[in-house]
Amino acid sequence: MGNPLSNPPSNPLGERFKESPSQTAGPYVHIGCTPNFLGIEGVYPEDLGTRMITGNPDGERITIKGRVIDGAGNALKDALIEVWQADAAGKFAGRGGAEGFAGWGRSPGDMTTGEFTFETVKPGRVPAPDGRPQAPHVTFWIVARGINLGLHTRMYFADEEAANAEDPILTRIEHQSRVPTLLAKKEGGAYRFDIHLQGENETIFFDI
Amino acid sequence: MTNGFTARDRAWHPPALTPLYKTSVARSPRFAPIGAATSLSEETGPVFGHDMLGAKDNDLITNFAAPGEMAIGPRILVQGRVRDEFGRPVPHCLLEVWQANAGGRYRHKKEGYLAPLDPNFGGCGRCITDENGFYEFRTVKPGPYPWPNGPDDWRPAHIHVSVFGHGFAQRLITQMYFEGDPMIWQCPIVGTIPTREAIETLVARLDRAGSIPMDALCYRFDITLRGRRQTMFENRMEGM
Repeated sequence: MGNPLSNPPSNPLGERFKESPSQTAGPYVHIGCTPNFLGIEGVYPEDLGTRMITGNPDGERITIKGRVIDGAGNALKDALIEVWQADAAGKFAGRGGAEGFAGWGRSPGDMTTGEFTFETVKPGRVPAPDGRPQAPHVTFWIVARGINLGLHTRMYFADEEAANAEDPILTRIEHQSRVPTLLAKKEGGAYRFDIHLQGENETIFFDI
Repeated sequence: MTNGFTARDRAWHPPALTPLYKTSVARSPRFAPIGAATSLSEETGPVFGHDMLGAKDNDLITNFAAPGEMAIGPRILVQGRVRDEFGRPVPHCLLEVWQANAGGRYRHKKEGYLAPLDPNFGGCGRCITDENGFYEFRTVKPGPYPWPNGPDDWRPAHIHVSVFGHGFAQRLITQMYFEGDPMIWQCPIVGTIPTREAIETLVARLDRAGSIPMDALCYRFDITLRGRRQTMFENRMEGM
């Protein structure tokens, strides 16, 4: 018996399969994804996603910091945060992106404060499907205990006002009062992007 | 040229708020996620090469063990393929797995279960699918373990699986369960998935044809990722 809301499982054009359903990453996600961080050493030479900049790519070096905060106002200390972004010219790794820039990063967050950190370059503008330029942004994916399906969001830059004002995604968000939840502000030399899972200032998440 | 990914069926996946899994209550957004068409930012993703892998990365029985020693527990192979919703193989994609040892104990600082650690078992492994989307790893079957949710909740035996696919929109973490385990149907985390039909896709089948006699049993676990749409009729610029 399928859920009546689900898409039909078959199609006259050929066999279709349903995506494997998601499950929470659980409290021990770091065993699998950042074992060295956890003290499980000697299996992998280093944790994947530790270094986004592996050479000397063009672009402004930036630091992104933030925390993931639950509905009671507490920072998560067991989340895993991944980011994916274009290089300074708006090109992605594997699609003509700059040498020495991986574009992908993974951070477990500090064990006592929960603060995540990414050392990266400020991304350039990437075209939307219709060809219009999007504002510079970093794509985030957040998993943790208690999160059943990884959450997608985007970090934009508060100091890119002109680009943000014409971004195809930011401008079509109905509740414009929520757009600031996607804007990182420079604070103490780093862009700060706190992610609120629930409640006041709840971050916008995307169904992409 | 890409045409974007098929939309996620959110009635098939677990919803964010599933109160019987208590931690989800304070960690679930109250607003609905905003629908947005994928762009290059979601249709591309990191690429990992086979040259990244060490010789023992997909062998949890020995990759943390002292030289000449092995992890304790029922020896199993896990084999399967990664395909998309159209049945096309997903080659060269990274899988990361993690699990408890045969007694249900995780090697993690915050884990306090009284079952002992196995000095020869770390609990992590990884592999990259071949050109046909097939993968394989070797491990010991994990034990069930109790967790502080309800007063007497136990997880079924399970292996966590993280999959990359080829685009960031395909990013997926899920859990693999074992055929015939009665604990599957009592677990609040399994129960976050709305339908039995969907849950059954996460239950690995005992695969006698894949076993190695006098050595290891085999479980078969296929993974399906979102598919790339096939339409030719979309208003896209060349070269995207």
